[in-house]
Amino acid sequence: MRWLVGTVAETVPETPQAVTVHLDVPEWPGHRAGQHVDVRLTAEDGYSAQRSYSIASAPGAERLQLTIERIDDGEVSPYLTTVLDVGDQLELRGPIGGYFVWDGGDSRPVFLVAGGSGVVPLMAMMRHHAGLGSEADMHVVYSARTLADVLYRDELERLADHPHRGVTITLTREHPEGWTGPLGRVDAALLEAVGWPAWARPRCYVCGPTPFVEAVADALVGLGHTPTDVKTERFGPTGG
Amino acid sequence: MGIVNPGFGGRRRQPGAGLVPPGQYLVDDFPVLSAGPTPQTALEDWDFTVVDETGAVAARWTWPEFRALPAEDITVDIHCVTKWSKLGTHWRGVPVDTVLDGVETSAEFALAFCDGGYTTNLALEDLLDGRAWVAFAYEGSDLEPEHGAPARLLVPHLYLWKSAKWVRGLRLLAEDEPGFWEGLGYHNRGDPWRQQRYWGD
Amino acid sequence: MHDARLDGNAAAGRLAELFVFDVTVARTTCAGCGDARPLAELHAYLEAPGAVLRCATCGAVQLRMVRSPDRAWLDLRGVHVLEVDLPPG
Repeated sequence: MRWLVGTVAETVPETPQAVTVHLDVPEWPGHRAGQHVDVRLTAEDGYSAQRSYSIASAPGAERLQLTIERIDDGEVSPYLTTVLDVGDQLELRGPIGGYFVWDGGDSRPVFLVAGGSGVVPLMAMMRHHAGLGSEADMHVVYSARTLADVLYRDELERLADHPHRGVTITLTREHPEGWTGPLGRVDAALLEAVGWPAWARPRCYVCGPTPFVEAVADALVGLGHTPTDVKTERFGPTGG
Repeated sequence: MGIVNPGFGGRRRQPGAGLVPPGQYLVDDFPVLSAGPTPQTALEDWDFTVVDETGAVAARWTWPEFRALPAEDITVDIHCVTKWSKLGTHWRGVPVDTVLDGVETSAEFALAFCDGGYTTNLALEDLLDGRAWVAFAYEGSDLEPEHGAPARLLVPHLYLWKSAKWVRGLRLLAEDEPGFWEGLGYHNRGDPWRQQRYWGD
Repeated sequence: MHDARLDGNAAAGRLAELFVFDVTVARTTCAGCGDARPLAELHAYLEAPGAVLRCATCGAVQLRMVRSPDRAWLDLRGVHVLEVDLPPG
């Protein structure tokens, strides 16, 4: 798997902390919803650093989109979210990972559970669902600290306004005035309330910080879902 | 090298001339590298053991006994094989000379062993004559769990993978035996000034 | 407490340099405890001089990999069996 070069076509702020970088990658071979890329930055003195970023765009989208959350004392994300500009080039490798993918080939329900920036690969799945016109039922549970931290908020609302798609957002650090959605962490009760019973055999995808993913995966298995139907992707303590 | 990203500097500063081994970059933070979960051995369960080349326990200290050994403050530069270096770091620890004092051995090698299963091998001469410590404090405070608490080996003249975290003892060996990384491509000795990073370097 | 634990998904890029197939969807059987699952679910420690993948059940090291500028080393002694799906034919 070799390194490709992408050129930044656009940078779109999503939230105060996150930016989506839209890349033109002439040699891009295509990808599956849920996959990621490795990005490599090289300084003028030869020092280099690599990070993995989930692909936010659906397969077949015109440009490759990466949504990057800025970690304040991070080494790479501050550069990608504040310095990188239109016309700049990035080295990237991918698409990577055939485990945490949804291709849309069957009609099983799809239950997506996101913690923070873990929503990025799941957004690729939602966008893919829309692009396919899939009739499989898909629901996203998305845990964010505050409303301002919710990535893709408008687009999620639009996509969820559809007979086969839904979104539940839960906020863990804020109680906005007039908020009618859930508050607090994703737990078994919330998963049971908005998800499917185990006999419906939904495909479950859980992504976010490691402790979040493990608590949610344990809860889903505790609700009776078969472990092999619960796919997980851990982003580490800070969520990617 | 392909694309260069102007304006990307990472976390490190330019090395000063002559202070930093070849291929290294200075950092301001203290990166945490680990091959597994952070061990959490309670102090009342901790001991440090020296096993000689016959397999006999030549010396053993519980935590209070270990802390009663004479310790010293040192200031050293540390160099990680992943290319970061920190200059002038302050530690407090028991010299390995003290730990091995009174141990009768004709062994020329040692294998440091640790909670969590990590091992690293060293020539005895790289552990003696003021070149190594069993360190329990960094920058005036107890070691943090992610940095090897309660005690780690500190061998600053070699790459930092030799400064085994969560160390529990030394096994003295008549014949050299590669440790965790030395058996998988990392150089058997690891001298940063000769860039001994990988096999064959 | 800092815990840099990820999962096998995060190791997929570097493993793709060594395997012609996607090894993260292959299933490993732990040589220690016999637990079998896709490599993507193994506990990955990647902030190290090399990559270490540990059994999600017993914590034993299943796979280790080191990459130098011009070589790679792979240790799979912790994997009893690696099962790979291949296209029929």
